[in-house]
Amino acid sequence: MMNTNVYLYIGVMALVTYLIRVLPLTLIRKEIKNRTIRSFLYYVPYVTLAVMTFPAILDATGSIYSAWAALIVGILLAWSGRSLFQVAVLSCMIVFILELFLC
Amino acid sequence: MIESNMTWYKKGLRDGIPIALGYFAVSFTLGIAAKNAGFTAFQSMLTSMLINASAGEFAGFTLIAAGAGLFEVAVMELIANARYLLMSCALSQKLSPDTSIIHRLILGFYITDEYFGLSVARPGYLNPFYTYGMITLGGPGWALGTLLGCIMGNVLATNIVNALSVGLYGMFLAIIIPPARKSKIIAGLVAISMAASYAFSRLPVLKDISSGIRIILLTVLIAGAAAILFPVKEETNDEH
Repeated sequence: MMNTNVYLYIGVMALVTYLIRVLPLTLIRKEIKNRTIRSFLYYVPYVTLAVMTFPAILDATGSIYSAWAALIVGILLAWSGRSLFQVAVLSCMIVFILELFLC
Repeated sequence: MIESNMTWYKKGLRDGIPIALGYFAVSFTLGIAAKNAGFTAFQSMLTSMLINASAGEFAGFTLIAAGAGLFEVAVMELIANARYLLMSCALSQKLSPDTSIIHRLILGFYITDEYFGLSVARPGYLNPFYTYGMITLGGPGWALGTLLGCIMGNVLATNIVNALSVGLYGMFLAIIIPPARKSKIIAGLVAISMAASYAFSRLPVLKDISSGIRIILLTVLIAGAAAILFPVKEETNDEH
């Protein structure tokens, strides 16, 4: 692969990705008044993050058991009001500890 | 804005720590993919600095390694990253209407699942400096992880990479579960979303849909249905 080509590829990827991300943010300058659209945009993050988390988390680790443990521990900790940092770090730790035995 | 920009920046830095750790792990594997596609270490880091999107970068590296043309790569980026269009729309409603164009241009550059998730989870209007705090740690974590992945390949022990990769999902749970505890509608949406996502990833035909398209399709369908069935009560911008 020629190096000049690689930079062209990087440029195209960066341009397309930036346009997708920046256009709504710069074009929608006002508060949307329509109640349905407002409700839709309000629900978007919860649905998107839930869809992205499950079942992808099951394939993220070396074992399905450590992944399930991380999911359950993560949900319980978040439910009990632990901070973002604690939920993230403790989920990682449970995977690390379990995989010492599982893998 | 009652609290100062500096206060928000510091909050962003604090929340940026788990993001940076998770990004480091994910981008490390990304660096390996970049190396396989024939990228130099510098080129792989540059890609991560300019694009900040795991699925988009993975898809790009895979296509380039397979010898795809520029147009194919452009279309792939469009599909893999289309969910950011929805996130950008949602984020536009979290910004005070008088937020300057400079802030919008910078925030747009850094819409990732994690920065977005945390930014919209803040009650009221978003102070951009909160997001900048997260980017200050997350950005270098992402770029350096890619660089080291490309240079060092599989040096980092697998069990450490496995453990770190789950951190990003832990963060997502920390964002969606507490509101689900307070609202039955959101709890139901989270459960339905996960079940639907599972079905789409396992059932024949449906499982052939790429994960990027799946995310958009389910988001539009489920959030759309919820918006019609359970319109949010008219309030000010503060939903919490």
